[in-house]
Amino acid sequence: MNKKYSEKAFQVLTYSTSLFTIIALLAIIYSLFKEGLPLFNKVPIFDFLFGCNWYPTNVEPEFGAWTLIVGSLSVTIGALLIGIPLGLGSAIFISEVAGNCLKEIVKPIIELLAGIPSVVYGLFGMSFLAPQIRNWLNLDTGLNIFSASVILGIMIVPIVASMSEDALSSVPKSLREAALALGSTKMECIFLVIIPAAKRGILGSIMLGVGRAIGETMVVLMVAGGSAQIPQGVFSSVRPLTSTIAAEMGETVIGSLHYQSLYALAILLFLITFFSNLITEFFILKRERK
Amino acid sequence: MKSIIKSVAPMLMMLLAFSLNAETKNQITCTGSTTVLPIAQATAEVFMNNHAEINISVRGGGSGVGIASLQNKTTDICNSSRPLKSKEISTAKAKGINPIPYAIANDAITIVVHNSNLLNNLSIKQIKDIYTGNIINWKELGGANVPIVVISRDVASGTYEVFNDKVLAGAKVIGSAQLLASNNAVISAVSNTPGAIGYVGLGYLNDNAKLLSVNKVTPSELTVKNNSYPLSRKLYMYTNGKAKGIVANYIGFIQSDRGQKIVVEQGFINIK
Repeated sequence: MNKKYSEKAFQVLTYSTSLFTIIALLAIIYSLFKEGLPLFNKVPIFDFLFGCNWYPTNVEPEFGAWTLIVGSLSVTIGALLIGIPLGLGSAIFISEVAGNCLKEIVKPIIELLAGIPSVVYGLFGMSFLAPQIRNWLNLDTGLNIFSASVILGIMIVPIVASMSEDALSSVPKSLREAALALGSTKMECIFLVIIPAAKRGILGSIMLGVGRAIGETMVVLMVAGGSAQIPQGVFSSVRPLTSTIAAEMGETVIGSLHYQSLYALAILLFLITFFSNLITEFFILKRERK
Repeated sequence: MKSIIKSVAPMLMMLLAFSLNAETKNQITCTGSTTVLPIAQATAEVFMNNHAEINISVRGGGSGVGIASLQNKTTDICNSSRPLKSKEISTAKAKGINPIPYAIANDAITIVVHNSNLLNNLSIKQIKDIYTGNIINWKELGGANVPIVVISRDVASGTYEVFNDKVLAGAKVIGSAQLLASNNAVISAVSNTPGAIGYVGLGYLNDNAKLLSVNKVTPSELTVKNNSYPLSRKLYMYTNGKAKGIVANYIGFIQSDRGQKIVVEQGFINIK
């Protein structure tokens, strides 16, 4: 009887913990939409999404978020171009190529990168990397998409590497042995057998990386330059959604149009990550399950 | 388990006692202006250390927020980085509020460029032309043939507020301008970008960037105090009617030598 009771209590406990996270999520969604949606009574949604002028405090304020959306997407894509090859490469090295001893050294070092606070990455980027890049490439400014992408790329390496490495390591030994027994080389075995078998985990790690890159605030605030413009190339400054919210929320009057517009930006960010997760979940992973 | 309860219970009771106590304390609320915020916070800390019975709560949120709170009688002191507009005063008077200003500090922003820049002076009009994108190369102003990298502050900062007020006069900063989040970020970006121009509070100047005079006036304690430097202003605290009791004590403390020393430490200029 007593055992049954504790069993039940345990069930209720785990149930309520998972319920709590769902409630937190719903509360976040509710507050975003409650504060952000009233903006669209005053600003047409089309002007908000595709307008190129972001002048929220001007006498005649303009709330065109297109430049900010492009800013967020450009640094995220740049970060992925740098972070995925580095992360996947390290994952393959740790899981398949490195010997046990080397593995024990390399893995913790890469995971250490994940523990560095983002503001430290930002400082490194702002005061060291950006001036160096400006000097090497003889640019007008070092605070640009390229610098921000490099830093964000380094930040997502540990996420991609450690999750992909878990996925690669959990591929059954029998698959490797079969591939090698059929005469494939190690490289063929890795690329034709192990990676396809671990695809789901690898994709998951990349999606987490996307989430991290698009949601990162401090680094882009410090390194991306903060120009609300459509970039002309990878060496232009941009102003991502996150840094706009962080920089401007401080002094807005609660309930004002500017305040609502920042919440509307947050809704946008939320929708972007939500749908990118949904798309991977439903299309890519579902197809694989069949 | 019992020992945990034993150790937690007294702490909870202390917390409860503390919060009850706080309500009976003499309370001052102080609202508005991100620019004045550091002064209000730093002086409130010292003042509360010396007067344990007084509790000062400082809130930021823009000069506009402070003025609205004063009009609605939800704050004792309204911090403002500008004098009240006549319309704001008449709205307050209509509600039976009589705003009285107390100047607590002088503030100035300075125009900085990279140390390699050949220029020493810019007029307000030239600065405006640079920030609105009419002048895009230093050679147009007699400098080297280097494209200008315009660095501004995010629109929510008090520093931007002065710049907007005194230089732009409502015009829009060009979209390609970099908007940075702090005075230090601006100094750092200017110091390692040869074509850069930026503006920072007077207290943040250092040797890494070159200071320009504006309309041929170099910013200094003297030119700010006698108002000849064009990019300077006074910071105020407003009260409803003449400040009385502990509010008067607190404002008096900020205006005293000790308080003004804190003002200077926060990067502003004293009013003495």
